[in-house]
Amino acid sequence: MKARAPKVRNLCATLAAALLISACGAGGRPQEGGGTEPQVGVTATSVKVGAHFPLTGVAAPGYSEIPTGTKAYFDFVNAAGGVHGRQIEYVFRDDAYNPTQTSQVVNELVLQDQVFAITGGLGTPTHSAVLDYLNSEGVPDLFVSSGSLLWDQPQENPMTFGWQPDYEIEAKIIGQYVAQNFPQARVGLFLQDDDLGRDAEIGARRYLESQIVAAERYTPGNTDVAPQIAALQAAGADLVIGFNVPSYTALSQLQSLRLNYRPQWIYSNIGSDPALVGSLLARFSEGAVTDAGLLEGVLTTEYLPGVDNPDNPWMQLFQRVWDAHGGEGELTNYRVYGMAEAYTFVQALQAAGPNPTREGIVDAVERSGATFEGPWAAPFRYSAERHAGISGVQVTRITGGTTQNLTPVLVTDNGDAPITEATEEPAQPPADGIPDVQPVS
Amino acid sequence: MVQQTDRPATRAVPVRKRRFRWRPRSTFGRHGLAVLVALVAVVLVLELTSPFRNSQLATMSYYAIAAAGLTVLTGLNGQISLGHGALMAVGAYTTGLLLGPEGDGALTLPLIMLIAAAVTALVGAVVGAAAARLHGPYLAGATLALAVAVPGLAIYFDHTLGGEQGLRIASPEVPGWFDATIYFLFAHETPSAKYLAYLGWGTLLLVLLLLANLMAGRVGRVWRAVRDDEVAAELAGIRLGQVRVLAFVVSAACAGLAGAVLGVVVRLAAPSGFTIVLSLSLLTAVVVGGLGSLTGALLGSALLVFLPPAVTNLGIGAGLDGTQAAQLAPFVYGVVLILVMLLAPTGAVGVLKKVSGRRRRTR
Repeated sequence: MKARAPKVRNLCATLAAALLISACGAGGRPQEGGGTEPQVGVTATSVKVGAHFPLTGVAAPGYSEIPTGTKAYFDFVNAAGGVHGRQIEYVFRDDAYNPTQTSQVVNELVLQDQVFAITGGLGTPTHSAVLDYLNSEGVPDLFVSSGSLLWDQPQENPMTFGWQPDYEIEAKIIGQYVAQNFPQARVGLFLQDDDLGRDAEIGARRYLESQIVAAERYTPGNTDVAPQIAALQAAGADLVIGFNVPSYTALSQLQSLRLNYRPQWIYSNIGSDPALVGSLLARFSEGAVTDAGLLEGVLTTEYLPGVDNPDNPWMQLFQRVWDAHGGEGELTNYRVYGMAEAYTFVQALQAAGPNPTREGIVDAVERSGATFEGPWAAPFRYSAERHAGISGVQVTRITGGTTQNLTPVLVTDNGDAPITEATEEPAQPPADGIPDVQPVS
Repeated sequence: MVQQTDRPATRAVPVRKRRFRWRPRSTFGRHGLAVLVALVAVVLVLELTSPFRNSQLATMSYYAIAAAGLTVLTGLNGQISLGHGALMAVGAYTTGLLLGPEGDGALTLPLIMLIAAAVTALVGAVVGAAAARLHGPYLAGATLALAVAVPGLAIYFDHTLGGEQGLRIASPEVPGWFDATIYFLFAHETPSAKYLAYLGWGTLLLVLLLLANLMAGRVGRVWRAVRDDEVAAELAGIRLGQVRVLAFVVSAACAGLAGAVLGVVVRLAAPSGFTIVLSLSLLTAVVVGGLGSLTGALLGSALLVFLPPAVTNLGIGAGLDGTQAAQLAPFVYGVVLILVMLLAPTGAVGVLKKVSGRRRRTR
């Protein structure tokens, strides 16, 4: 301690001098100049966008594949010359599905990597940690990978846009289907206890209020769902609608197998990917259940074509993209999801025009986003007043490892908006695989 | 021992002492001076680094505040806590509830932070009272229960505490006087990230000053006595229970403050941010830095914040894809931990002391 004293004194002197010198530099505040400021993240040859995903940790299976699909599609576009001559640089970082880390990596993306926009950031609790930050910094926050209604608040969060159908409209469509096709069923709800379950319950109760005999909630992280499944069985529910993430699809299936409880299961889209649920089932049951055979006959919804449908022209395009620019592994539904989001972003960037600005791309999505065409089943609901994503889904049955459509694409909106059949013909992919959206003046 | 007598360094000490008579004599004065110097250094570092480094430093500040508190408990008093992440949650949630989602709470931020520390200290007193009767693995188990239970509470009372999605916390506005001062000194504006870093480091320096004094004084001696030999300490008239509870309370107050800073920096208090992983990270920071030393707590926290992104970026630079690079970070972190345990069981500070001890004798 004592021997350190001279160093301390020298340091003091240096710092004091530095402080004085820097103080001399201070003067009156300059007026803000209105010059043509170069846009953050945009150069003549490139535009940089970022995203946060759980690449490690409990939420990594499945979800960590999404950005690889996005990257493959961006590489495909770059190989064809990019958007308005700019290559898309895509930086995605790991938040381990922990909101504290999301806040850190998004700081890194915005401040260090200097991204122009965030696209496809995943997760409700994780992304809500950065919602205020991105909006206060004026960073476009496009196409959040979550169905929460939080992303559709253009008054409070003008930079943020949802993408996938929100959980409420999905639940409304499932609810109406059940009311029409299983009018005698005693319905049980199996809900994740957060926005997913809450928004879905509102939507489902709109059509099923009199049929619902039990609503059981599970807390994510707690892997014991025996009490919930037993309660559903005790209530006599012979049809259970699950609004849950994939691992809880596997857990609920194993538990009902154990209790010899065989209701008709309906899972929301996010919980029903057969490939992922199959692998989770195998893992949770330690090999006793080896594939997704348990999901045979289960109902779910779809709003994107899946890998089980290789004849779909969009799937042929995405397979081509993955073969040319993908990394290791097969094309999966999660990668298709990432590619579809990337396809939307390319359209937004095209609409923003040859000199994209942060305000410009938000304005472009508000003005022309509702007309974007792509692999999604129903149009987006974007406008100056709405930032809500895809407006509909179709009900399907999982059978023999593939899916069979039970309804046409059904379109609706939040609240008491009616459910109608989609009127548009499904879009066909462009020959070169790259959308062609005109700039919004 | 014999060799030491003819080492010139030991003879030089009295000479040096005479040369620097202006140095404060009291412990508090010395620590105060060190903190003042550190404050100037912090201001310069924050003003000279990029906004991103500022935000990393803000992150480091809340880890360091909590790690410093844990150092007192584990390093000085010998109690292991696996529940400090949960105590940080108490601080963060208190801040969130008082500050409100729009930042329109009636109280000012410093007052809220004090309340957060006080509430957490209260929780710490309760836990400490139970912990004072437990030792080693039993204590670790009890505090582990805290780490598991507290995030569960947030989910159970989801209407008040926001459930799984957590409580959004408004980031504080940069106060006018603060912005003006920084502008006067450095001729530039204070962005939000920088203000948060100032807030965190200001709190950290204050905490370090208080803890350093506590450790150097009678209380610190008593804590060490209890850690080193509790039978001897008891024979000397020290009441073990009281001493242990006090250490827990002080440590918990620090964790509460850290949680408050975390809340405003992250802008969210959510259960998934306060898992057992956070508690373990704090413990590893304290151990890797050097158990029982406040400097060690600082070094360990720096490692927590700066190592993972550095490794990820190295990985990407080396041609790995994003996912592989992200998986590299926990791996390297684990390797570093193992290496420290094997090669430097006294932590980073222990190594530094050993190195500098070859050149001069420290007290």
